[in-house]
Order: sequence, then structure tokens, then C-alpha cells
Amino acid sequence: MLLSDGTKALYQLTEAMLAEHRLVLFRYALLQLKDNELAEDAVQETLLAAWQSSSEFQGKAGIRTWLIGILKHKIADSWRRLAREVITSDFDQIDNDDGEAIEDELFMSNGHWNNGPNTWNDPEASFNQMEFWAIYETCQNNLPPKMAKVFMLRELVGLEAGEVCLETGLSDANYWVTMHRARLRLRECLEIHWFNVPKTKKEKRHA
Amino acid sequence: MRSCRDITALVSKGLDKKLSLRERLAIRWHFIICSGCRNFQVQSRFIRKTAHRYTDQLQNRYSKKP
Repeated sequence: MLLSDGTKALYQLTEAMLAEHRLVLFRYALLQLKDNELAEDAVQETLLAAWQSSSEFQGKAGIRTWLIGILKHKIADSWRRLAREVITSDFDQIDNDDGEAIEDELFMSNGHWNNGPNTWNDPEASFNQMEFWAIYETCQNNLPPKMAKVFMLRELVGLEAGEVCLETGLSDANYWVTMHRARLRLRECLEIHWFNVPKTKKEKRHA
Repeated sequence: MRSCRDITALVSKGLDKKLSLRERLAIRWHFIICSGCRNFQVQSRFIRKTAHRYTDQLQNRYSKKP
């Protein structure tokens, strides 16, 4: 409708092509705005803006990157409206990563486990326990900020590895190292604070 | 032989992209003798599932209170 038949763009965007990315955009917005309605608004605005400026879009391959670029502006608008700029620093701060430290504790100098991972008994049963989620959240929040951002973009928002690299400016190699460390840390944290805690003690805490 | 540190790095990478045949074989051989690395793989997958569930919960938590 926006383009007459004679002037078809090389990559014509359809509503369906935009809508495909709605969920990823929503999660991205939700993590930053921490409010369903604000996140939904930002996504709506983004899709509308994308639709209206679809002639500016250069290539099909980068559609999500392009949409996220627009979404960031909409999120920033939302913050300005709320005068909550403080939150930006939450997600965007750079840390001096001490990621190496945990690997040195987990592995011996020859690269083998110091105390290898234990077997977890029926881990999915934990999903029904409120306290498990509190511990998961604490473990996730205790990751160094940049590591947490990479992990969240991949596993919570659902971006592909390559997209996370574009978002964070990490090289391919650094991405793999960062995700490896994040998984080692989360695993260790969950084991210490949840799965290694004797069952009776957990039940007591729930009584 | 590759160390547990190397193997867990490969396992982690394997969650995000398809590994080469050589890498996959290295992991399978290692798993025969190392329960720690086997557990790491199972638990990394569990953590992914947990992260997805956690995201679903956030939506409920961040809805406006009446």
C-alpha cells in the first residue's frame, strides 16, 4: 500500500515479517522497562515506525537488528517520559570483568575439575517452588554486569549469538568465552545454594 | 586429551551453534570417563530452560498492579 506497484522496493516488508519479531522485541523491552504495558507500547511504536519507514530498510538479513535499533529509541523515549534515566545504567554499564577468577577456582591447573558438578536429582521439580526462582534470580544478578547482559540477550530475550555480538560489541571468540563462564557460574551458584542444600532443610524452609 | 575446561567450553558452544564432527566426537569420548562434564551438559540445558521460564514469569511480575 505504501509503495505503488511500479516502484516495488527490493526487500518489501510485510506486516507478517515484522510481527515475527514481536516476541523478541517485547522481551528486550520488558527487561529494560520492567513493565508490561510500557514494553508493549514501545513494541507497538517500533513496529509502526518500522512499517512507515520500511523504504529505509536495506536488507532482509538484518531485519531484527534494524528493529532493535528502532526499539532502543522508543525505550529511551519511554524513559524520558518517566524521567527514569537512571535505569539505563543498569543494563549498559561496563564492568571490569573478573570472569577469570571463577574458572581458576572450578578447575585445577591442568584444566580438570576441582570438584566436578554433582548430579541434580529431578531438577525440574524445582520449577514449582517459589524459593527456587528467588535463588535463580539472585544467581543471575550476581553475574558481572556485562556477562549478565550477554547471557540475558541470548537466553532471556532470545537473540542469536551473532546478534548478541552486534548488540554488545563482543567478538565471536569473546562471546563463546563469556557464555561459557556465565553457564559455569550459574551452575555453580545453583548447586551451592539450591541443589546441594539437603532436602529436609528446603522443605522446612517451605513449611 | 582435552581437559574438562576445554570440553565444557565446547559443550557450551554446542548450545548455540552446531559443532564440527571432530568436536562432537571429542565430547562423546570425554563423557565416557567424566561424569562432571556430563552433568555440566545436562545442567546447562536445564539452565536454558530455567531462563525461558523465568522470562515468562517476568511478564506476570511486571504487569501493572490494580
